[in-house]
Amino acid sequence: MMLEMIATFFVAFWLLVGAIFSLVGSIGLLKFNDSMTRLHAPTKVGTVGVGALLVASMIHSYAFGDGWSIHELLIMAFLFVTAPISANFIAKVVIHKKSCETPPPPTKDETWSTLDIPEADREYTKTEKA
Amino acid sequence: MSLASNLMDIALIIAFVAVALAQIMAMIRLVIGPDTGDRILALDTMVVNAIGLIILLGIAQGTRIYFEASMIIAMLGFVSTVAYARFVLRGDIIE
Repeated sequence: MMLEMIATFFVAFWLLVGAIFSLVGSIGLLKFNDSMTRLHAPTKVGTVGVGALLVASMIHSYAFGDGWSIHELLIMAFLFVTAPISANFIAKVVIHKKSCETPPPPTKDETWSTLDIPEADREYTKTEKA
Repeated sequence: MSLASNLMDIALIIAFVAVALAQIMAMIRLVIGPDTGDRILALDTMVVNAIGLIILLGIAQGTRIYFEASMIIAMLGFVSTVAYARFVLRGDIIE
């Protein structure tokens, strides 16, 4: 009885935290006015938003279901590992499409690899231009 | 007990509404997004929000059978985001 009371309060708290972070992340996705700035907001949804909902699910299944369930940690770990990779890819797409300010040139190479023309296609683009 | 169960129901409803609103806002960004990068990002956010909705459904029904579904959606979401980005970057997914 007492345990269920406390667990209910904890589940409600984590549910509200997850809901608020999901909402804030998506509002940021909608309201920001630059592609690179927009990349920043939805990371909250992927980490704290879903993470808090998963914590709520874990507490709920401990108190009302049948014992601990640690499957949720698997989803959390997977999301935490893959979020930076997909964000990096999307940032590369934004640079590649030149929908943001092109970053200053690198010190060693001529240009960023995303904007570079591959060795095999260089001859072709030269003749195209000429 | 009545207060506690009411609190749980209210929190669940608030969470459902908030995540559904977040999903709708990501969908709006998917439609109006001025560039390809924004559309890929909106799809990625929608996948994450869908995982959140499935978890909420699992809490509301008190079952664990939705765990596999959300795990598979998480994996497919990552793979599809990377596939979209690679297609834009390289013109091909598997070279």
